[in-house]
Amino acid sequence: MSESLTFHYDVDGEDFTSAGQASVQVKKNLRRLGIAPDIIRQVSIAMYEGEINMVIHAGGGEADVIVSEDKIDIILADHGPGIADIELAMQEGYSTAPDSVRSLGFGAGMGLPNMKRYMDEMTIDSTVGVGTTIKMTVYLNR
Amino acid sequence: MKISTIRDLLDAKIVCGEDMLDDDVFSACGSDMMSDVLAYVKDQAVLLTGLVNSQVIRTAEMMDMVCIVFVRSKQPTREMIDLARDHGMAVLTTDMRLYEACGKLYVNGLVGNGTVKHE
Repeated sequence: MSESLTFHYDVDGEDFTSAGQASVQVKKNLRRLGIAPDIIRQVSIAMYEGEINMVIHAGGGEADVIVSEDKIDIILADHGPGIADIELAMQEGYSTAPDSVRSLGFGAGMGLPNMKRYMDEMTIDSTVGVGTTIKMTVYLNR
Repeated sequence: MKISTIRDLLDAKIVCGEDMLDDDVFSACGSDMMSDVLAYVKDQAVLLTGLVNSQVIRTAEMMDMVCIVFVRSKQPTREMIDLARDHGMAVLTTDMRLYEACGKLYVNGLVGNGTVKHE
């Protein structure tokens, strides 16, 4: 494919039960495009962690997945509280999620480090009180 | 190990995916924290958990897992069962606790991550 394809999703922040629906859809779309299974899994996991984060911390947000010839970009944007200390947030095990979230199986402080682990590149742009935008890239044909 | 063998070893009931009982799976993991499953699991086909919500099914889907075993008599909701069916997963329930269920499968040859069980 010579042109890029963009998939846009609104992530509903009200409902924890439905969190992850966008990731499931992304997975289906990437399968349809014939992307390699290991890449699909990497993208799906990173996107799913991001989606869960947006629901837990930011009251939802927007996700764009851009599939180009040589890479897949994921852009997650929210208007939540922002991340005060990104370096701290990137540490495995550090979490500001309440216990109620931990009882749902999340909030172990693995989300952001996990996203970075599965992606080739990741940048976090966050302003307290304004919101957070995370850009992630995985390269194809490696 | 066939999913039917998992059912028998755990004295489990099959909730959905009856058509998958003859399918072979080669490794499993057990956790109540989906964050940890997403962080540490690699190529496991079976998830054993005592956590019951839709995110268990979605986590398994993200990890390309094919079978979920709910331990400690936990019952998945109708919504979760429909979701699992959509994703082509088998769902089982057992009265055993997580540790015991994992142990039974492990000693019978279903290994974990990065572990090779020698004959």
